Amino acid sequence: MLKRISALVLAAVLTASCGSGGGATSATSSGDDTITMGFSQVGAESGWRTANTKSVQDSAKNAGVTLKFSDAQQKQENQIKALRSFIQQKVDIIAFSPVVESGWDTVLQEAKRANIPVILTDRAVDSKDTTLYKTFLGSDFVEEGKKAGQWLVEEYKSSTDPVNIVELQGTTGSAPANDRKAGFLEVVGADPKFKIIATQTGDFTRAKGKEVMEAFLKSNPDIDVLYAHNDDMGLGAIEAIEGAGKVPGKDIKIITVDAVKDGMQALADGKINFIVECSPLLGPQLMDLAKKVLKGEQVPPRVVTEETTFTQEQAKEVLSTRQY
Amino acid sequence: MRRLLWPLVILALLLLVNVVFTPNFLSIQMRDGHLYGSLIDILRFGAPLMLVSLGMTLVIATGGIDLSVGSVVAISGALACLQISQDAGVAWAVALALGLSVLLGAWNGFLVATVGIQPIIATLILMVAGRGLAQLITDGQIITIVNPAYKLIGGGYLLAVPFGILLVLAVLAVTAFLVRRLALGLLIEAVGGNAEASRLAGVRSKGIIIVVYAFAALCAGLAGLMISSNVSSADGNNAGLWIELDAILAVVIGGTSLLGGRFSLGGTILGALIIQTLTTTIYSIGVPPETTLLFKALVVTVVCLIQSPAFRAKVLGRRRRPPAPGPVPGEKVRVSA
Repeated sequence: MLKRISALVLAAVLTASCGSGGGATSATSSGDDTITMGFSQVGAESGWRTANTKSVQDSAKNAGVTLKFSDAQQKQENQIKALRSFIQQKVDIIAFSPVVESGWDTVLQEAKRANIPVILTDRAVDSKDTTLYKTFLGSDFVEEGKKAGQWLVEEYKSSTDPVNIVELQGTTGSAPANDRKAGFLEVVGADPKFKIIATQTGDFTRAKGKEVMEAFLKSNPDIDVLYAHNDDMGLGAIEAIEGAGKVPGKDIKIITVDAVKDGMQALADGKINFIVECSPLLGPQLMDLAKKVLKGEQVPPRVVTEETTFTQEQAKEVLSTRQY
Repeated sequence: MRRLLWPLVILALLLLVNVVFTPNFLSIQMRDGHLYGSLIDILRFGAPLMLVSLGMTLVIATGGIDLSVGSVVAISGALACLQISQDAGVAWAVALALGLSVLLGAWNGFLVATVGIQPIIATLILMVAGRGLAQLITDGQIITIVNPAYKLIGGGYLLAVPFGILLVLAVLAVTAFLVRRLALGLLIEAVGGNAEASRLAGVRSKGIIIVVYAFAALCAGLAGLMISSNVSSADGNNAGLWIELDAILAVVIGGTSLLGGRFSLGGTILGALIIQTLTTTIYSIGVPPETTLLFKALVVTVVCLIQSPAFRAKVLGRRRRPPAPGPVPGEKVRVSA
């Protein structure tokens, strides 16, 4: 408790000093109200990430923020270099998606000393000193798991028969896998008719998703629902279900998380029943937060990305306008 | 044949464990006009590993090792899917992917045989760089394709039998013919036994080594096509990840020495089947994901111990010696000698 109070006090002091710092920067460097943001991205390893980058770039343009963008190519040393160069260029605010969780204290201290506030996006850091950054903007994986569970409870609310669920987990030990599992369990665990009869990791990949589902189908003749921690594993599992002569979406109901394009297509085609979005489009929220921080307003230490869920009908409507 | 006895026993034991947990494990049915069952799954999902392991066997027989096969798997699948997504013909895409694979393998062989870099280092280069190359081809994305002809390679059926299994049988038959009916196998073993001595004896060691690495890469390329075809998509980040380690394990379980020299194709196929059966076992008996790696490690340790003649002599020999000092220990001596 004492620790939290001291952290709050520190944060308040820092915000105050930052407000003045920000003012000083705008007076010396630009002279007008435009904000310069340094943004360091993880890389371009997936469609999700590419959409994330585009969202940040587009919303910076719309918000009138000058964006200095740097791609770390999935290497921490590149990212540290990028942050240092942002500090040297005296940007007003730094935002970044850390490649890994640890090892950020030194460079974040440097930013703090230069009075440049930092916002984390999408991924967290494990620094004990939470005054090193203003806020963490990203998805709440537990909430995603809960949303998946809530749809299932709603879908089966009138039935009293037991519901046999199989689960394809993400990479063992990764935060999304742990949290999506926990959130889902929390909701469906409340009703004993829901039984998770098999759970195994599919490493977030299509190939593993298919392989594991094939084995599930053979060892468990009676599967009602598949819950996959991402679209790709679900897409692999769909092939396995079809190979077993069953109809995905009908004989076995499928819930996945992410809402990437291929997944949304399968949802619109009726092969997936429900997708919980894990949105990469956090650009607009990031720009709002940046402005608030620079004005000296208090921001919550954790901001959850605005995310929704999709049923088959909704997928058909939005499919043509999906950005990723 | 006696060399294959223990791998066969282990495979039988693993299948038995499955039958205990899933009584209808061994049943094979016809469904939608093709064979369907757990055993078919093991063969189908094990097919890429069997191919990669076949190539690895010959490389290891020359006293080398190839760490780059996993990256070649990714490159080959990525290139083929990219071509097909750009409306190229399937035959052209497959030929291009396999051609590039052979070229990459020949490069490995060149580094090992001509430049004289140690195999583990020479192939490590392509292992690391190759995955980057695969990501470059796919632009870091997953390329999804819809193409029934390409789907046949890894996910389709011919005469109700999974096409991948037929491919493995074909490659196995050709390889067995080349190394057992022609002199090639003898030459490979000679190079593996002592490359310099065989060169002095008139064997073109360098050429043999380059051919063997190119063959390993060709097998890996074919496996890459299978893996990407099975899920109709190419994933440069994850396709074939760590398959080189499984392949080396399959070769070793199959009784081929890492020191080079003698090798066993049949043993390697059995080794790959054991690994795939183990994976399937984990899924069907429901080992929790957190402990799967530990479970695998324990089983593999036991397998390796059973395979070791020295260990068997120690554990089984001591127990048997007092009652029957006759034929059993005598046979043991012959095996280990």
